[in-house]
Amino acid sequence: MVATALAFAGFVQEHAEEVHAGDGGTLAEYAWLIPLVPMVMAFVILFFGKFSPWKGWAMAAGTLGFVAVYGTALTVENLREGIVTQSAINVGDIGVFSLEWGVIVDGLSILMFFLVGVVGFLVFVYAKGYMKGDARHTWFFASFTLFVGGMLVLVSAPNFIQLILGWELVGVASYLLIGHYWEDLDNVDAANKAFMTNKVADAALFLGAVIMAVSAGSFNFAEIFTAMADGQTTLATLGFWAGLLLFIGAMGKSAQFPLHVWLPDAMAGPTPVSALMHAATMVTAGVYLIARLFPFYQVPEFAGDLNTIIVIIGAITLFFMGLLAIVQDDIKRVLAYSTVSQLGYMMAAMGVGAYTAGLFHLFTHAFFKGLLFLGAGSIIHAVHSNNMSDMGGLRKYMPVTFWTFMIGTAALVGIFPFAGFWSKDEIIASAYFNASDGEAAAWFMVVLSISGAVITAFYMARAVNLTFFGTYLGEGQPHESPAIMTWPMIALAVGAATTGLLNIPGLTQVFTDWVTTRAFPITEHHFEAVNFGLLAIITPAVLIGLGIGWLLYGSQRELHHTVTDDEGHRSVEVERPSYSVPVLTPVLEHGYYIDDLYMNGVVRPIMGPIADAVVWTDDTVIDAVPHLTAALTSEVGGVVVWTDDKAVDGFYHAAVGSVAAVGRFLRQFFPGQVQQYVALSFAGVVAIAALFIIF
Amino acid sequence: MTIIQFIILGAAMFAVGLFGVLTRRNAVLVLASVEVMLAAVNINLVAFDTYLADPAHTGQVFALFVIALAAAEVGIGIAIVLMIFRNRHSADVDELDLMKY
Amino acid sequence: MSIGDWLTEAANWVFLILALVTFISAVMVVLSQNVVRAVLYLVLTLGGSAALFLLLGAEFVGWTVVLVYIGAVIILFLIGIMITKAPLTSTADLSQPISAKVPAALLSVLLFTVVAWAVYQSFGFDALIPFPDEATTTADLGLSIFTNWIIPFETVSFVLLAALVGGISLARRDPTVVEERR
Repeated sequence: MVATALAFAGFVQEHAEEVHAGDGGTLAEYAWLIPLVPMVMAFVILFFGKFSPWKGWAMAAGTLGFVAVYGTALTVENLREGIVTQSAINVGDIGVFSLEWGVIVDGLSILMFFLVGVVGFLVFVYAKGYMKGDARHTWFFASFTLFVGGMLVLVSAPNFIQLILGWELVGVASYLLIGHYWEDLDNVDAANKAFMTNKVADAALFLGAVIMAVSAGSFNFAEIFTAMADGQTTLATLGFWAGLLLFIGAMGKSAQFPLHVWLPDAMAGPTPVSALMHAATMVTAGVYLIARLFPFYQVPEFAGDLNTIIVIIGAITLFFMGLLAIVQDDIKRVLAYSTVSQLGYMMAAMGVGAYTAGLFHLFTHAFFKGLLFLGAGSIIHAVHSNNMSDMGGLRKYMPVTFWTFMIGTAALVGIFPFAGFWSKDEIIASAYFNASDGEAAAWFMVVLSISGAVITAFYMARAVNLTFFGTYLGEGQPHESPAIMTWPMIALAVGAATTGLLNIPGLTQVFTDWVTTRAFPITEHHFEAVNFGLLAIITPAVLIGLGIGWLLYGSQRELHHTVTDDEGHRSVEVERPSYSVPVLTPVLEHGYYIDDLYMNGVVRPIMGPIADAVVWTDDTVIDAVPHLTAALTSEVGGVVVWTDDKAVDGFYHAAVGSVAAVGRFLRQFFPGQVQQYVALSFAGVVAIAALFIIF
Repeated sequence: MTIIQFIILGAAMFAVGLFGVLTRRNAVLVLASVEVMLAAVNINLVAFDTYLADPAHTGQVFALFVIALAAAEVGIGIAIVLMIFRNRHSADVDELDLMKY
Repeated sequence: MSIGDWLTEAANWVFLILALVTFISAVMVVLSQNVVRAVLYLVLTLGGSAALFLLLGAEFVGWTVVLVYIGAVIILFLIGIMITKAPLTSTADLSQPISAKVPAALLSVLLFTVVAWAVYQSFGFDALIPFPDEATTTADLGLSIFTNWIIPFETVSFVLLAALVGGISLARRDPTVVEERR
């Protein structure tokens, strides 16, 4: 263990001079505004939004615009000079741990600021059109802004506590937004599912954070890393467990197998939510966490077999979730499984030590997946249905949506020169690099990721064909979405097309420089040139996948039946291609029965027997004390009443009775006759006089 | 003359007057018995005045007051008896028992 | 002082006669069966007390008793008797029955005994009254009243006024009753 600690220390010494950065000046000094403004504005919108002309949208979009501009400014400054700084204020102490609220401004957090701000702003603009006429317009934007605030708190957190705070905030916002259309109970169930699944992972996150913090002596990331560099042995011993628990927490948020179940159901929320939260930003929080803790995860001896676990899980997610996208009818669910699959890519990248590649894919994915979701939203808005069986031939009616969607697809699938091509390839190349060192897990990853790329191409081809080509199977006449929805899509399409060029191996290193500007240096392999060997395998594979998809689902496969009904009217029924593989299709359609497993194995037992047992315990065992006390008190009360009646009242009755009796007795002496009174008074006088005289 | 003879006389008259107050039925005679009591008191007062040789003659002055007040009292008393008689056509004190419980 | 010594003084004989007259009159006041006679016995009692005052040298008081008491109060009594239509002849029921007389007598005797005993203990038979050389002058009395006892004097005046007014208003015929009678 000491050796591993020393190894890390060695790392730091070797590469210390590689990090050139300034402190960002005034720009970074006020970076704490970035999370603060959306958090505050969320409540402003909540309370005052309904009085404003746009029902809170202007405030929300303005906030996002602020974040976007600030994020861009920071990005530019970072690219020019590099910013590595953090600041915090102490808000309290727990024992030896101090609670701080602060902000880190370095390459990684600036990346997230930029992403959340820019993509978020475009989604917010789109949302104005999408959410038009919604009954809870103001609440929607308030929750959305709350999400943005929470996300920014998360990514700017210099310590675990603040990170967890942001983590929970985005969880709450996710719950609120998924359940936006809560009139339909299914949506409420989806929101609960998301929250609960995340909560399971959050338990692990919390445990992991506590173990790491306690063994390192502080919640602050920088101090934890310093403790590592100083050779903290407790950390070295417990590091594996801390790292594992933290990874489980990341699995929840980033929907890795088997905690992926919430993400497809989360599509019940409005599409802007799906675009921003469940594609571009919130789900990347898990990847962000691993990236933030990369100094911990990159030290092979320190994190031990952890990376292998990460790689395997990432690879499994990548491949098997991609398969599930093939059998979906709901276009958003296709994209949801696609997102889960791409998150697998990112996570696996982190596992093989490809820090930049993973983050690069996160970056590009935000653009093209966000774009694809906005496109899906545009289609849904026009067709009034999520299902591809109600779509078809839409490229005629919605050209802008069609072309931007195609660009997004190309980026996702990985076609040169669109973004996905570069980022995905870099991941596979890094994996291959590690694999060629003899790591079995890395080989596993390489194989699955190439297969995954094929699958991605296939299901996207299916989706595109069923949606945009062939005959329109839905109701009414769909039309293109208004400008306020199409311009953000165009902007994102530009991003999807061009961002890949930020990091061409051997040519540009912009992105690498960007994200490796951190306090603790990141060591990873930098490729001098494109690995053409891999490229030769991947590109044809992808094209084959696309081709098969076109072949099987293209419009040429549509069958047109002419049908004559009873009255002699002729109509054309269109039958779409559908294929069913005997065992595979049912398994895929049921999502490998994982949902059923959770439902019957976890949820039903808790809701049924366990809940009953708990209620019984509460009623019989725990409530026994109050019930006994109540019975006892009641008995005592009865005794007191009896005592009061008999004893106390009896005393009074006796007293009153005796007084009355005395009165009755004395009354005899006062018959109303004056002389008697006089006699009595004189008798009294005589008595007193006698007394005086005698004594 | 000793003082005690006057006092004994006064005491005896007072007792007699008391007896009269308690036994007489006619309201006017009750008042008369009260007069007897007051006369006894007067005798006592004047006797003490002389016994003590008071230069201010307090006893005698007091006796004068008693006389005056007795006169006033009798006046009112007779008026009351008159009223009672008007109401009840009888001056019998035994019948004045409305204060009885 | 012994009885013998006491009897040798002439004043004591006078006292004895006057005392007896007064006392027996008082007894007759309370025991007489005739209303008018009872009032007349009262006259005698008051007269006797006036004489005793004279014996003690309190001339003014004595004559005031005669004037006020016998002159006015008795008249009032007589008027009262007449107006209340008291039986002018002897009747047997002017006093309470025996059952009431006995306790009253007992009480009176008891009272007398207590007082007599107390007095005897205090004074005994030897406390002599210093016989005055001269009777008390009216001037002295007047001086005393109007210097020492001026306030009680005024108060008594008020009382008399109240008695006067009260008596008249009480004894007046009730106008409503008069109306009914008409």
